[in-house]
Amino acid sequence: MKIKFVEEKVMKGIMLLTTLLVFLFVGSILYTIIKNGLPALNWEMLTSLPGGGFYIGKEGGLLNAIVGSLYIVGASTVLGLVVSIPVVFYLNVYLKRNSKRASWARLAYDVLFGIPSIVYGAFAFTIMIYFGLKTSLAGGIIVITLLIIPIFIRSMDEIARELPQDMLHASYSLGATRFETIKVVIRQIAPGIATATLLSIGRAIGDAAAVMFTAGYTDSIPTSLSQPAATLPLAVFFQLSSPIPEVQERAYAAALILTGIVLVLSLLGRIITNRFSKNKIQ
Amino acid sequence: MTRGEYKIAQKTSVFRLLKDKMAGSVMFTFTMLSVLLLILIGAGLVIKSLPILEEKSLWELLFTSKWKPMRGDFGFLPFIMGTLWVTVIAIVWTLPVSLFTAIFLTENSRSWVKKVVFPALDILAGLPSVVYGVWGILVVVPWISDSLAPHFVEYSTGYSTLTAGIVLGIMILPLMISLFVELFSSVPQDLREASLSLGATRWQTTKYVLLKKTFPGMVASVTLAISRAMGETIAVLMVCGNIVQMPGSLFDGCYPLPALLANNYGEMLSLPLYESALMLSALILFVVVFVFNIVSRLILRKIERTLV
Repeated sequence: MKIKFVEEKVMKGIMLLTTLLVFLFVGSILYTIIKNGLPALNWEMLTSLPGGGFYIGKEGGLLNAIVGSLYIVGASTVLGLVVSIPVVFYLNVYLKRNSKRASWARLAYDVLFGIPSIVYGAFAFTIMIYFGLKTSLAGGIIVITLLIIPIFIRSMDEIARELPQDMLHASYSLGATRFETIKVVIRQIAPGIATATLLSIGRAIGDAAAVMFTAGYTDSIPTSLSQPAATLPLAVFFQLSSPIPEVQERAYAAALILTGIVLVLSLLGRIITNRFSKNKIQ
Repeated sequence: MTRGEYKIAQKTSVFRLLKDKMAGSVMFTFTMLSVLLLILIGAGLVIKSLPILEEKSLWELLFTSKWKPMRGDFGFLPFIMGTLWVTVIAIVWTLPVSLFTAIFLTENSRSWVKKVVFPALDILAGLPSVVYGVWGILVVVPWISDSLAPHFVEYSTGYSTLTAGIVLGIMILPLMISLFVELFSSVPQDLREASLSLGATRWQTTKYVLLKKTFPGMVASVTLAISRAMGETIAVLMVCGNIVQMPGSLFDGCYPLPALLANNYGEMLSLPLYESALMLSALILFVVVFVFNIVSRLILRKIERTLV
């Protein structure tokens, strides 16, 4: 047998191995989180606030972190959508294809997307100090909104760029203005908006570095925007550093909740992409 | 159309055009504001790190290793080395893994393989950083301290530079693979067929056509992955040991820049120079990420234009 066929076989073997390695990592992570998290997860964990001796292993749950995360993610997703949908329309409908301005803007969003969340956190924190604000729900919402806007814009823009120009022209030729054409565009990019939203929620709910200094941490559910709010990733982070095994187990439970949410989001994303890509006009 | 109807039509069309213009300027404002955020972050960090830059030379800050904030010694070298080491380890082992996986996905595998691998990568990409941290503490740390380290050094806690590099590598794996897959898919099929028709095997085609053709793109993709790896905070912070020292071996703990920022933020307000020093570490991260991102994005764009 020629050497090149041996080489071919060996290389294919290596490729198979590396691909299996990826599965091994996914499997190991999911298995570890479920194995450690499931025994610690119970109804009390999901539905009650931390009790008196919570941090020495007594009764209580993670409701503060769950609700805090939901508040921050919910609000920042809505705010993110409000800001980024107009931007995507501007880039794709108002500006011409291949416009210089759009190209620079896209580069800026690429860079913004790459900036580490800890830098967002540090920046937002200095701004908050400048305005005399303390760590609060509002701070967390703002920093997470800033963090996910580039994700929103980038992933919606990717879909919107594939819009057939003919469709826009058909709309214009019927006498519609660009603003009115948006009604047509929004239907076409709706699945893109949905997947972008899921992606952003996933990133928003898992981020710990940015909320650490802006949202703070508390044992109660915030009742106003100026109160600090707990979040799930920080619940994992803080409780894992405790030396008491019972408290550490709660960290595993919180990690399992987070993982579950991320898995559901990624599954939903798949379903949406598969379902809607069928009736998309190419 | 009567004259009256015409006038009404004209009025509504003026109104519609006005609406179009107004919506346009609102959208333009949003776009400008969001782009401005980039400049704002940069400027904010520069202003905040000015106090320490005025007091000490940049050389002294970046290349000395004495870190005693209370006495006014701010040498960032241990943290910079920590970041570099962890990033280098992560890239060195993920580069071959992601490269081979991406080649397998684009060149060799059937479509059902992709249908299984891509969702798995999706999960890997979506998992929060703390979950990686928990996994690192439960799986990688014991493995290093019990199985691997005893072969090389006398004692290691397992919270080490190597642990951080391994965990960080897995975190950037999905990004690297998807960048490579995108890159390889952009190579025209004709080129592959020309090579195959000359009697080259698939691997020869990959080696001499694909890898050669996409080399600049690969460099850009790795640059992008490096910049992502450098900023990763929580997972690395949880497993790296957080010891202010120049890592002497892979099994020593280290202290990367993002960890410095995350660990010391709360207490920094008491010392103005300390605050400024921490902001400088954020600025270093920002500048590196900014430059790496712009360079790699521009290269990738150019490739996109020439290949398609």
